[in-house]
Amino acid sequence: MKGTRVKALFAVLAGIAVGISTAGPAAAETPKHGGILKYVVPAEPPSFDGHIETTFALIHPVRPFYSVLIKVNPENPSSTTDFVCDVCVGKVPEATDDGKTYTFKIRDDVYFHSGEKMTAQDVLATYKKIIFPPAGVASARKAFFVMVDSVTAPDDHTVVFKLKYPSGAFIPALAVPFNWIYQKAKLDKDMHWYETHIDGSGAFIFEKREAGAYISGKKDPRYYLKGKPYLDGFQAIFAKKQALRVQAIRGDRAAIEFRGFPPKARDDLVRALGNKITVEESDWNCVLITTVNHKRKPWDDVRARRALTLAVDRWGGSKYLSKIAIVKTVGGIVFPGSPLAATKSELEQIAGYWPDLQKSRAEARRLLKEAGVDLNKTYYFNNRAVDQPYKIVGTWLIDQWKQVGLKFEQHVFPTGPFYDMLRKKKEYDVSLDFNCQSVVNPLVDVSKFISDDRSGNNYGSYQDRDIDKLFDAMNRTADPAEQRRDMRQMEKLALDTHANAFITLWWYRIIPHRSYVKGWKVSPSHYLNQALDNVWLDK
Amino acid sequence: MYRYIIKRLLLVIPTLFGAAVLVFTLLRLIPGDICELRLAGSGGYFDQSALDICRHDLGIDQPMIVQFGHFVWGLLHFDFGKSMWTGQPIASEISMRFQLSMEIAILATIVAILVSVPLGTISAVKQNTWIDYVVRAISIAGIAMPSFWLGILIILGLLIGTQHFFGAPWMPPITYTPIWVDPAKNLALVVWPAIATGYRYSAVATRMTRSALLEVLREDYVRTARAKGLFEKLIIRRHALKNAMLPVITVIGIEFAFLIGGLVVTEQVFNLNGLGKLFVESVTNNDYTMTQALVMLVVMIFLMVNLLVDILYAWLDPRIRYR
Repeated sequence: MKGTRVKALFAVLAGIAVGISTAGPAAAETPKHGGILKYVVPAEPPSFDGHIETTFALIHPVRPFYSVLIKVNPENPSSTTDFVCDVCVGKVPEATDDGKTYTFKIRDDVYFHSGEKMTAQDVLATYKKIIFPPAGVASARKAFFVMVDSVTAPDDHTVVFKLKYPSGAFIPALAVPFNWIYQKAKLDKDMHWYETHIDGSGAFIFEKREAGAYISGKKDPRYYLKGKPYLDGFQAIFAKKQALRVQAIRGDRAAIEFRGFPPKARDDLVRALGNKITVEESDWNCVLITTVNHKRKPWDDVRARRALTLAVDRWGGSKYLSKIAIVKTVGGIVFPGSPLAATKSELEQIAGYWPDLQKSRAEARRLLKEAGVDLNKTYYFNNRAVDQPYKIVGTWLIDQWKQVGLKFEQHVFPTGPFYDMLRKKKEYDVSLDFNCQSVVNPLVDVSKFISDDRSGNNYGSYQDRDIDKLFDAMNRTADPAEQRRDMRQMEKLALDTHANAFITLWWYRIIPHRSYVKGWKVSPSHYLNQALDNVWLDK
Repeated sequence: MYRYIIKRLLLVIPTLFGAAVLVFTLLRLIPGDICELRLAGSGGYFDQSALDICRHDLGIDQPMIVQFGHFVWGLLHFDFGKSMWTGQPIASEISMRFQLSMEIAILATIVAILVSVPLGTISAVKQNTWIDYVVRAISIAGIAMPSFWLGILIILGLLIGTQHFFGAPWMPPITYTPIWVDPAKNLALVVWPAIATGYRYSAVATRMTRSALLEVLREDYVRTARAKGLFEKLIIRRHALKNAMLPVITVIGIEFAFLIGGLVVTEQVFNLNGLGKLFVESVTNNDYTMTQALVMLVVMIFLMVNLLVDILYAWLDPRIRYR
């Protein structure tokens, strides 16, 4: 029996090794044309307008219909700084005018699927809608562009962005995969038209939507990147249950799911299908954050908050939680793959990341005693009723806090009531919350840690003007060295000195897919690299 | 009889109004709203003004009484409006799913009737024999086993079995094809959930058939028929079974109505794009308009099925007369 298990384990490991190793050479093969890519999507999009939605459920089925101004390099999506032009010409332009002006030349061969040619006026209308939306028109990422002073289109081939100050956050914000180029004429008629209709200039033409079932697209023969797309079409099938999505890949009803599966699903698929499955893995630009309610006692006391983070064994947790959940990497407030992220030695200087766990927990106990925290009381822990990774990480945290004498009771809610508790009711002591972004843009992504009267998504009920100052300073410089220095100070304040909120573990993205799917490369975000124009089927 | 039917139809109006008040109020008691879910649910950054605009656009910033007025006014015009989540007309969102749910419900009912009536009859006739024990064990297992669990087992069994015997795993399709487009593809999808739900359904009906038939078989008129020397088969088929069917029809009717909107988990297991799945998604998404429309539809189906069952009673048993 034991021997069988060991053999099974070896088979799984060998399969993963085969899978991962085949991922590399695949890109060098000559792409084949034809075929329909079928993939599963865990949720259905609310509307079709990328400018107002924030969910991957819109990106996966609808992004292939649209083009964008610039994008993360699809051949190098794991890089956090490699951006390429999509509808602009040549390379992504360098800033002029002391880092305050960006001039983009627009391609002459881009057509909307309805037949009209795309001009700089369409790009201008799109970015005006995103950055300066008229009254009554929503724009989810307006705040990403606070540095933009104006956008103009002096002619039909040129778009100029003028910034108020030089900012390293501008180019990554421009590359956000939701910034789809819409037609000016359609926006002029009705700003809400794109909420219920699709008309892009991407590699695929919208074919059909069957509500609740699927969205399909067919190849655009006029696509501006000649020779692409390779696929004849695609079908994005909505399937809510994870077990069914895994089975769909196993039974070849779908070839891939682009969000990510837990390790167990990967192992099951590799065990069942061997080299018919390829596994691609990456650090993931999503993280669960422990939000502490600063308005509730004893968490208004920095000592009590520091004790919470000191109790957590992140280095150990990474090893064993990564076997059962979609979390793995230990990191600070910045995505670990970014040049602005803390190194291991820098992290080890921060409370909760010390290499000596015993020392850390002894300090936590001392602080709890000093702050007079009532250890007989059971505290309220708010969590989201989603297994991966919320409930797993939540249960782990409760155990970690128990090691220093703190008792928490986990209350799990569906997404609606969970956010109601987090944002409005605020009757929790500690809550899990998460930060999940598309393009790695640390200067914007860490806005979660600035004062709650400035940040749209900080639910800890605190103001920290020291952190605000550092955030503003690094957003107003284009010098990476200065940004890095300010980021380290901000991180130290947020996680340690002021102990406002805590990072648990960064997510880890696992994509096991049918080996005949080629050309797609995993990126640090499930929002990125979904244009599908580089994907082909080796059948 | 006609007066009775008209009376019952008129009673539908206050029942529907009561259901409307209930569903409207209960939905608003769930904490959180659809806009928060749309914008914050993915963990990304979003602008506060987007949240305010979303609430305004969907009308959920209006006073409750105004929102209820819109809902009732829509009901009176048979217009449920648009889904708050997708922005698409509710009528079209429901109609495309109704077809699949109806097909599954009909197939499951056929499976249930084909299994339950013969098994329940044999079980009653052969009471306390090994046949009776086997049938009772099968039916108790059907009641105890959730149909979604059976569904999972069916899918896993198909995947493992086909891989073992044919070398490649096979599972039912995960997208729906209407029966008139491709009957084989359609049946490859619907037959498995019909078996999974039909088995549980048949278990309930088998037990009901057995107990009703046992009761009827002890009636005086059955004894009289036997004393007259009629064949046992004839007694059961012509005299006993017809009368024993009354409670069985009630069970079948209620189960049928339940299947149309109630296959919440089973539909997800097989990725069936039916009303049950839509129900779960609309509740999860706080899509008030869609949930309200679905509840009203299911209430209407239950009312109509109940009426139909009552009319069938009179047809099956001439002693029953409605006034």
